[in-house]
Amino acid sequence: MSQHPGWSTERARATAVAHAGERGALLPVLHALQREFGYVDPRAVPVVADVLNLSRAEVHGVVTFYRDFRSEPLGRRVVKVCRAEACQSVGADRLVSHVQERLGIGFGQSTADGAVSLDQVFCLGNCALGPSVMVDGIVQGRVDPPRLDALLAESAPARPVRGSDPDGVVVYVPRDSAARAVGADAVAVEIEAEARKRSVSVTIVRNGTRGMLWLEPLVEVATTDGRVAYGPVTPDDVASLFAAGFVDGGAHPLALGPTDQIPALARQQRITFARVGVIDPVSAEEYEATGGLEGIRRALTMMPGDICDELVESGLRGRGGAGFPAGIKWQTVVDAPPGERFVCCNADEGDSGTFADRMLMEGDPFLLIEGMLIAAHTIGARQGFVYLRSEYPDALATLGQALEVARACGWLGDSVLGTELSFDITIRVGAGSYVCGEETAMLESLEGKRGVVRAKPPLPAIEGLFGRPTIVNNVLTLATVPPIIAGGAAAYRAFGVGRSRGTQVFQLAGNVARGGVMELPFGVTIAELVDDCGGGTRSGRPVRAAQVGGPLGAYFPESSFDLAMDYEELAAADGLVGHGGVVVFDDSVDFARQARFAMEFCAEESCGKCTPCRVGAVRGVELMDRVLAGDDVRANLGLLEDLCEVMTDGSLCAMGGLTPLPVRSALRHFRDDFDRAGDSVVSEGDDP
Amino acid sequence: MITAERDLGTKPVGGEPTVAIEVDGREITVPEGTSVLRAAALAGIDVPKLCATDRLDAFGSCRVCLVEIEGRTGTPASCTTPVEAGMLVSTATDHLARLRRGVMELYLSDHRRDCVVGHGNGECEIHDLAALVGARGDRYGDGGETHLDLTADESNPYFTFDPTACIVCSRCVRACDEIQGTIALTIQGRGFDSLVVASADDKFMDSECVSCGACVQVCPTDALVEKAVLELGEPDRSVLTTCAYCGVGCSFRAELRGDEVVRMVPTKDGGANAGHSCVKGRFAWGYANHADRVLTPLLRERTTDPWQEASWEEAIRRTAERFLSIQERFGVDAIGGITSSRCTNEEIFAVQKMIRTAFRNNNVDTCARVCHSPTGFGLKQTFGASVGTQDFRSVEHADVILLIGANPTDAHPVFASRMKRRLRQGAQLIVVDPRRIDLVRSPHVEAAFHLPLLPGTNVALVNSLAYVVVTEGLVDERFVADRCDPGEYARWRDFISSSEHSPEANEQYTGVPAADVRAAARLYAGAANAAIYYGLGVTEHSQGSTMVMGMANLAMATGNIGRDGVGVNPLRGQNNVQGSCDMGSFPHELSGYRHVSDDATRALFDARWGTTVDPEPGLRIPNMFSAAIGGEFKGLFVQGEDLAQSDPNIDHVVAALSAMECVVVQDLFLNETAKYAHVFLPGTSFLEKDGTFTNAERRINRVRPVTAARTGKQEWEVVCELATAMGHPMRYANAAEIMDEVAVLTPTFAGVSFAKLDEVGSVQWPCNDAAPLGTPIMHIGEFVRGKGLFVETPFVPTDERATRRYPLLLTTGRTLSQYNVGSQTRRTRNVEWYREDVLDVHPADAEERGIRDGDRVSLRSRVGETTLHARLSDRIPQGVVYTTFHYPVTGANVVTTEHSDWATNCPEYKVTAVEVAPVHAPAGNGHDETSRHAGRDPNADLVRMANQIADQFPLHGPDAAAEAVAHHLRMFWEPHMRAHLLALVDTGSEGLDPVVVDAASRLRATVGS
Repeated sequence: MSQHPGWSTERARATAVAHAGERGALLPVLHALQREFGYVDPRAVPVVADVLNLSRAEVHGVVTFYRDFRSEPLGRRVVKVCRAEACQSVGADRLVSHVQERLGIGFGQSTADGAVSLDQVFCLGNCALGPSVMVDGIVQGRVDPPRLDALLAESAPARPVRGSDPDGVVVYVPRDSAARAVGADAVAVEIEAEARKRSVSVTIVRNGTRGMLWLEPLVEVATTDGRVAYGPVTPDDVASLFAAGFVDGGAHPLALGPTDQIPALARQQRITFARVGVIDPVSAEEYEATGGLEGIRRALTMMPGDICDELVESGLRGRGGAGFPAGIKWQTVVDAPPGERFVCCNADEGDSGTFADRMLMEGDPFLLIEGMLIAAHTIGARQGFVYLRSEYPDALATLGQALEVARACGWLGDSVLGTELSFDITIRVGAGSYVCGEETAMLESLEGKRGVVRAKPPLPAIEGLFGRPTIVNNVLTLATVPPIIAGGAAAYRAFGVGRSRGTQVFQLAGNVARGGVMELPFGVTIAELVDDCGGGTRSGRPVRAAQVGGPLGAYFPESSFDLAMDYEELAAADGLVGHGGVVVFDDSVDFARQARFAMEFCAEESCGKCTPCRVGAVRGVELMDRVLAGDDVRANLGLLEDLCEVMTDGSLCAMGGLTPLPVRSALRHFRDDFDRAGDSVVSEGDDP
Repeated sequence: MITAERDLGTKPVGGEPTVAIEVDGREITVPEGTSVLRAAALAGIDVPKLCATDRLDAFGSCRVCLVEIEGRTGTPASCTTPVEAGMLVSTATDHLARLRRGVMELYLSDHRRDCVVGHGNGECEIHDLAALVGARGDRYGDGGETHLDLTADESNPYFTFDPTACIVCSRCVRACDEIQGTIALTIQGRGFDSLVVASADDKFMDSECVSCGACVQVCPTDALVEKAVLELGEPDRSVLTTCAYCGVGCSFRAELRGDEVVRMVPTKDGGANAGHSCVKGRFAWGYANHADRVLTPLLRERTTDPWQEASWEEAIRRTAERFLSIQERFGVDAIGGITSSRCTNEEIFAVQKMIRTAFRNNNVDTCARVCHSPTGFGLKQTFGASVGTQDFRSVEHADVILLIGANPTDAHPVFASRMKRRLRQGAQLIVVDPRRIDLVRSPHVEAAFHLPLLPGTNVALVNSLAYVVVTEGLVDERFVADRCDPGEYARWRDFISSSEHSPEANEQYTGVPAADVRAAARLYAGAANAAIYYGLGVTEHSQGSTMVMGMANLAMATGNIGRDGVGVNPLRGQNNVQGSCDMGSFPHELSGYRHVSDDATRALFDARWGTTVDPEPGLRIPNMFSAAIGGEFKGLFVQGEDLAQSDPNIDHVVAALSAMECVVVQDLFLNETAKYAHVFLPGTSFLEKDGTFTNAERRINRVRPVTAARTGKQEWEVVCELATAMGHPMRYANAAEIMDEVAVLTPTFAGVSFAKLDEVGSVQWPCNDAAPLGTPIMHIGEFVRGKGLFVETPFVPTDERATRRYPLLLTTGRTLSQYNVGSQTRRTRNVEWYREDVLDVHPADAEERGIRDGDRVSLRSRVGETTLHARLSDRIPQGVVYTTFHYPVTGANVVTTEHSDWATNCPEYKVTAVEVAPVHAPAGNGHDETSRHAGRDPNADLVRMANQIADQFPLHGPDAAAEAVAHHLRMFWEPHMRAHLLALVDTGSEGLDPVVVDAASRLRATVGS
């Protein structure tokens, strides 16, 4: 709940001055003002402009670009309902109707009494446990209308536990936000209380998640025979677990046996995610004890060109979606004219149905730091940035903690690991803009500007952050570098198919029985992921389709599920691997509505620079509204096809350019939904 | 015909290597880095475009200039795609046509349908392009979301912003950023909500907008458009000409509909402005047709009589009679004239010629006397040429800029934008100015050092900078050895390395922390290229000439002369200050800065003019005034200058004017000076003139008549007729013939003619056989005088200093929207930005005096008093007050004093000891009653001036000092003045410096010989 003091020019100035020394400080300043006052008062604009030596126009342009920055005070409670596809597939629309009716307000509004502000959000990274809602900055999963009412009635959430008795039995309760979204904190609190009551000595370790999210909260106990798992655990189960002697691995209806032998985990090929869920994510000792720093230690003995060659040889391609060979990108920066360089980690994981970046940052943040260190050593950078979306507060906390530990250990700062390498990392928090996941928009945002896409060329590798040569990679890409350098290119290359080498951390989301992450070699089919790993729909109804690769990815009907997850194969089928997310839909989905949503999402998130995206998306929504109303369906779909061509071939970046992908795939595979649209009132379908 | 400039889509890229590509089958070779769009345009293929313009960086937002490139997937925007060797580009496939049509349909779906019909200006590129690609506006139908219900912002007096015509191409936002550097515009919101707004969604007039017009110029639609275009309609013809405001000298296209000027548009190939403009040149030209214009000659016997209209013939005849009568009764030297820095070179040349021929004396001076005469003196002494060293473009190569006593964002805004661009690229800035001017800190610009010295202490500061350079081993020894006079350098080195010039020693005078001075000196001396820019804050001091030489010393010592990015550069106040000096309107110099005592030069003029030029210098402006009050000077021809507002110590000026028998004013308006005139000869505005202006970078620009002279005569014709009526016939068929005569008589102008200017646009003098296309940068390889001359520059504190009675120092300056005495800008809607002169008072000084923001206060010096409103401001240091002098009612010059530069008599406008006090009723200014100064003792003035010269040579030893003073008096003092001084020496007048007495005897010896 927010309690903010009133406006004060002096405090606003002091808040701005505190960041004035940072390069591109505007976003940090605006975030700080919003923390201080609860919103960004228009009176702050001239103050901030003066302190940062910007024009008022620049500050105003930035404030109005990002959804997070509000020009009016927010309510005491802030509710953000996820409307992205994964949550839609499990009933987000009903939640939206419910909350709007109950509060009597729309998105972007506050109740008259100032009690609650409501907004929509597109993806909270909790896509396997939707519908998701963020209440006062905390993600909540599997939220149905009654649960939402209860959340609004609650005063304060349970506080997370951060470990206790150092000599006790080690009990793992994930700190990952997906686990927290379904009550992990309360379970941890209950375990601690129950242990005290029973005088059992336990040490609670808040690890990352193992990624089997349908089992969360998944509690593990370290036994002499290794770790055993119980789940999903609720606070109500805790007493019976103690009674069953779970601290010694005792039998219980929730017992899952040795964690490593759980089939969903056992079948994976974990390279990038090897440590996620296993270690205490902020323990430097555990990181090193499990092979951490081997990559950077080897890299420090290598020449930059050799590191790039090794990456090229490994076949590692950008995991953010574009799939560009990482080694070639790095080599371009190495070859750029000398001078200042930067390493930028793109942690703006905005694609719905994807959450692997978040899990890695919450489960093994040192791995990302190590990957950035290798990049810094390779190109001679002294400064790195992690651009982290504001929807990921837990990742911010964990990664921030890990950076402090890394500095204390001498892994960051001057003379990294006692070598000549000097490098440090700053986290910059986004402010509610999907398009900032596009690398050039992200650079603009890092520079404190509106997150508007730049035209390419110049490539960021040559003219990137502040005009300097810059490596921009996403979290998974950078986190995959240390195991490749440590284990050699050949070992990594051995996995995968064709030009898609190594593993991908696939994310199963939406209406799926067993959602979570599956790190598997490229080449696995959609069917294997959805049916074998995912176990079909959560609703129990037939699977109708899956959207692969995020909101800009294609919808594939079940009939094409034999397609392999391979950059080239999916592209040939008018789809894309994207960030490896797979969102499952059952047969209640209406693809005319999904096509409309694709356009609506584009209209919501367009940066507004190029015309096909800025105007086209709005026209796309309007065309789909006419189609849904049965108004001259054939002509409007014809114009929609023309619009899709203009957006695909004419847009400046992938936002406008790929929005037609889900639209066209829906039209191609599910034309009936469009032709039927006007015939009757659209069925809401049964409850899943 | 409108000579519309072709837009090649993206900026030019220069140099090698080049690459060849093929566009639609046409081969074209362009420099590497050129965009496909520009290459296509150069090949004669205009790819449709909206957001792209060759004035701005490529942006890639409109998606109209898409092309196909063989071997590449997709349809890249040609504006953001650089050429690559062997590229095969198609610009007009069916696929591209479909895409363009589709994009244009999207534009039309949210665009006013009646742009062309509604305004008839045919300027909306949207409709033109939509028609071109065959896009229809109706496919998306009605009822969709649009911005058509938004209302226009009409707050700016000159242009309107109508968001319903806006296509969010960001050209305006980018122009404000990339061209003007103010960044007053932004896009608000995102996606479809994106909207161009000024500042934080303010009205344009309440925003950071400086109304330079760049956004209006680049707007491809009717969204940003001049109100005059909406009112008067689309222009149908245009004339290239030159702005008549400041010394930047911007080139403009005057666009007319019939005979009516619709708008002024800066031209891309303008040498000085490269397509940019400011609020004055772009918009504030309406004064030319203001009702206050006087179009008929006026006469009167006494200044108390009403004006009587007269024919040109009568006016000229009567004026000639009066002048001749004065000369008959009081001698040939009893009349003189003043040329105007606002007039063309040809008009100025005609006036000085009239004085040297028909008046038969050298009593000609120019209003540049009161602004930049020390520049001419100082740079001639040290470098050998009375001019700035660089072209404006040179600033693009400067790594450190030392800005002294100039406020370019207000006074030279177009050059300021250029300077800001360089600063934003990383050049460092040092500002030496009592005020915290905008360049000290404004968006994206921050001076490395601001040295806020007390007014009047420039020389102490520049000496300290030089002291640090010399004593810390920062001298460019090689440059000094190769390029400068070694003996004088050694002497100067000894002089300047004395500890009395250290920053620590001078801190007591300047008030600037010594550590800052040292650091700034190191920064300047350590730069690869360091450039000095300066303004009237240097020249308008009792040691203005010394300061100019001090800066020249500093530049030579650090090797910062003779290439791009360096130099000593005056920012001239008025449009033709440079030209008025070049054209021989100083009393001691003929055109091209040749002394009247030079026999060969005089012979040239005597032969051409059929006359005998006087070999002795004539009277300077202040000397004319003194002589008038002394009863010896009776007639004055004033070409376009408002002496009674712009000259210092107005009581003295008024007394002098009142003492004359015939004051002739040639001007647009009945100005303050005309109150004391007997003849008023109506002048022509710059829109009517035919001739040339020379800007601060020596660039000679053509001024072309946009409309016929509303008075029926060009000003030079009137002057010729007056000279003829006085018995010396002067005839030219046109202005070009005057320039031809200048070229014949002036070696540095030998290659200049109207024909050449019409052909090449403009040239920077020297322009002659050695440099047929002119000389952008001076002193390359060798100084004009041969070896650069270091000159000793002792700091002599001004007599004008704060006292118990007058404890504050007043300094003056300009504001962006107004110009000089305001006679033009006050007659335009620029007054909406600045309606009165205000007095900036430091809050601490104000509190001490019980003054609140907005109070009326009296401003009093020992010579006069005026009242104005106070504005509390920490831009000035405590102890200093600041105002502008744009409004006659304020009469800021009522309080400025008789102090002036020792060498040139340039008035010390920038330092006046004053007191400020709250007043409760508005009082008029004080010059009606303070006539005590009108009767000031001319003898005392002469003694003060002579002693002041003697003060400048303290290190020469008595003998050399006396010789230096005698030389100065010989070169620059008019003979009667010298005779007066000798008489004063003879009578043993009180207070004479012994050096002056000694100099007098040396003078007498030469005169006697």
